[in-house]
Amino acid sequence: MSVTLTQAAANHVQKYIAKRGKGIGIRLGVKTTGCSGLAYKLEYADESQPEDLVFESFGTRVLIDPKSFAVLDGTELDFQREGLNEGFKFNNPREKARCGCGESFTV
Amino acid sequence: MALLQISEPNESPEPHTRRLAVGIDLGTTNSLVATIRNAVPECLPDAEGRSMLPSAVRYAEGGAIEVGAAALAHRGDDALNTITSVKRFMGRSVADLRGDATARYQFSTPTGDGKGQLKITTRQGAMSPVEISAEILRTLKERAQQSLGGPLYGAVITVPAYFDDAQRQATKDAAKLAGLNVLRLLNEPTAAAVAYGLDKQAEGTFLIYDLGGGTFDVSILRLSRGVFEVLATAGDTHLGGDDFDAALAKYAFDTWGLTRALSPTGQANLHAAARAAKERLTSAHTATIKVNWGCGFDSSLDVAREQFTTLTQPLVDRTLTAVKRALRDAKVKSDDIDGVVLVGGATRMPHVRAALEAHFGKPPLADMNPDEVVALGAAIQADQLAGNGKSGDEHLLLDVIPLSLGLETMGGLVEKIIPRNATIPAAKAQEFTTFKDGQTAMALHVVQGERELVADCRSLARFELRGIPPMVAGAARIRVTFQVDADGLLSVSATETTSNVRADIVVKPSYGLGDGEIASMLQSAFAAAGSDMQARALAEARVDATALIGALGAAVEVDRALLSDAEHAALVSQIAHLRQLADGSDHRAIVRATEALNMASTEFAGRRMDRAVREALAGRRIDSIEKMV
Repeated sequence: MSVTLTQAAANHVQKYIAKRGKGIGIRLGVKTTGCSGLAYKLEYADESQPEDLVFESFGTRVLIDPKSFAVLDGTELDFQREGLNEGFKFNNPREKARCGCGESFTV
Repeated sequence: MALLQISEPNESPEPHTRRLAVGIDLGTTNSLVATIRNAVPECLPDAEGRSMLPSAVRYAEGGAIEVGAAALAHRGDDALNTITSVKRFMGRSVADLRGDATARYQFSTPTGDGKGQLKITTRQGAMSPVEISAEILRTLKERAQQSLGGPLYGAVITVPAYFDDAQRQATKDAAKLAGLNVLRLLNEPTAAAVAYGLDKQAEGTFLIYDLGGGTFDVSILRLSRGVFEVLATAGDTHLGGDDFDAALAKYAFDTWGLTRALSPTGQANLHAAARAAKERLTSAHTATIKVNWGCGFDSSLDVAREQFTTLTQPLVDRTLTAVKRALRDAKVKSDDIDGVVLVGGATRMPHVRAALEAHFGKPPLADMNPDEVVALGAAIQADQLAGNGKSGDEHLLLDVIPLSLGLETMGGLVEKIIPRNATIPAAKAQEFTTFKDGQTAMALHVVQGERELVADCRSLARFELRGIPPMVAGAARIRVTFQVDADGLLSVSATETTSNVRADIVVKPSYGLGDGEIASMLQSAFAAAGSDMQARALAEARVDATALIGALGAAVEVDRALLSDAEHAALVSQIAHLRQLADGSDHRAIVRATEALNMASTEFAGRRMDRAVREALAGRRIDSIEKMV
């Protein structure tokens, strides 16, 4: 029952929060949109909401609203490099299919 | 699968809507590409982790083209085919390069008269600066697409504030050739201000001091209510870190007692050694210039920082002269400047910073990497222009034009349409009319400069408006519109408003003005202010006289019947007298004679008027005339 960051993801989140100059952590979420019905949200968190679930991985806080958590439970956020390209990737065990672009998915 | 980036709170993009946009600093010495990634601007490094791409292109044997460090490595052993500092040649002709120390290539021009866009002779053929720059842009574009995992929507490319139309157009052409969609050309100092987040402050006046590899720009920006306005720009497109290297290289050359001119390879090696020593002197107090000439010969020389400072102080002083000119143009005092922003690798030199601190009484802002700020600011602007930013968050970036734009009018005079330092984008229209009865065409000559006479300004373009319906002189209404777009490019259109006949032109001069020329044109405009006014007065007097001679000369023959023989003879002789004076250069005499002839012909004009009224009224009844009135 949790959502985690890999070490690489946590390091990069912290690096970017430092560059941005503010932020208490990172907020994960889902929204209903996109070609496959749902899309991941990955945003800086400047404040927490009372209903938020808060996790911590490698010293980095992860905030999730309860509705999104139903879909994201068990997810690990990773940071990957593919050649020069780099970015974050949701490894979500509940994900059944995603569109070719990887930006939206179904559960 | 696509890799995700972190967004600002509540700004996660809808899937497939984020447009990949980059900012590119196409520099004289180095070029960079930057983008907004994880909601922060950052420069994109290559596979080796280097974000700066040396602006060097080598046309190698067998048709290969090398760009960046791989090309620069051959600057010594394949100097003629390894092009560096190509930015200096953008939009220029061979004639523009007289005495340019960096012009160490073999040039050719398609036109043969030295006036067209120059080309550089390489083993793969003659290459234009546009083609060479396109190679650099293409390399950065590929790096960006690999880094961002998709095709680019567009790019903002920065140019020195002093780039004229030809140089800006050449930059746009290079981008097009590289397959880049240019969202906007942005002045480098303006980009730096955006990178520093100066736009986030309430208000202030800032001076951007940009000493790059080959160009120096100083801009004064004023912020008020979140709006950027560039108050003034000045600079020197032939002053930069390269010149500091050259001064140090010359010092070594002289100290070693070398007398023979160096081979291109030897010269490149000496410059590289001087540059390395200069860079070391930023943190160290002494450095050694060491050159291996080959065949077992080498030379070395220790240089102290104080020695380097003394050698190059004249260059620093030249930058301060431009700083003062910009302050004067902006009508602000040194004390009014809230902050000085450093841009360009050469601003790392301690004596540059010291000179600015001494002049402004406070240390310059230098907490960002001076090599990267321009690209970062361009990336921020590109992201906004691509529509990725919050709505209502768009910066209104106002730039200025460096020299007035105008039209040639009768008598070789310049009518300024858009004055120097006007903010762009700008559009201004002015009405002109025909000078002769029945005139059906008008030649329009677009010029750039501050002087009163066309002969003293730079000609940008000529075009013709044809098909004007024949009318008496002064009846046609020709509306000429000057439009300078956000990139600083000029288009001119002319419309005869009663008939809607239209002609237009996009100003794409074959070569442009150098900064030295801009500076000297401004200088001569100040120096010649008095004689220019004289020349203007004379030309205006001649125009008035010629118009009167033309109109009256025709009328005295057509309406000969309204004049006695004596009156006719007197007018004819006075017209001849005025015609003679108009060929001379005494504008007061011309004005006096014109006035006298006007007076002398008043009676005649009155009679013509009476007759015209009588003819108009003949055979009409009083009540119909009352209705007309």
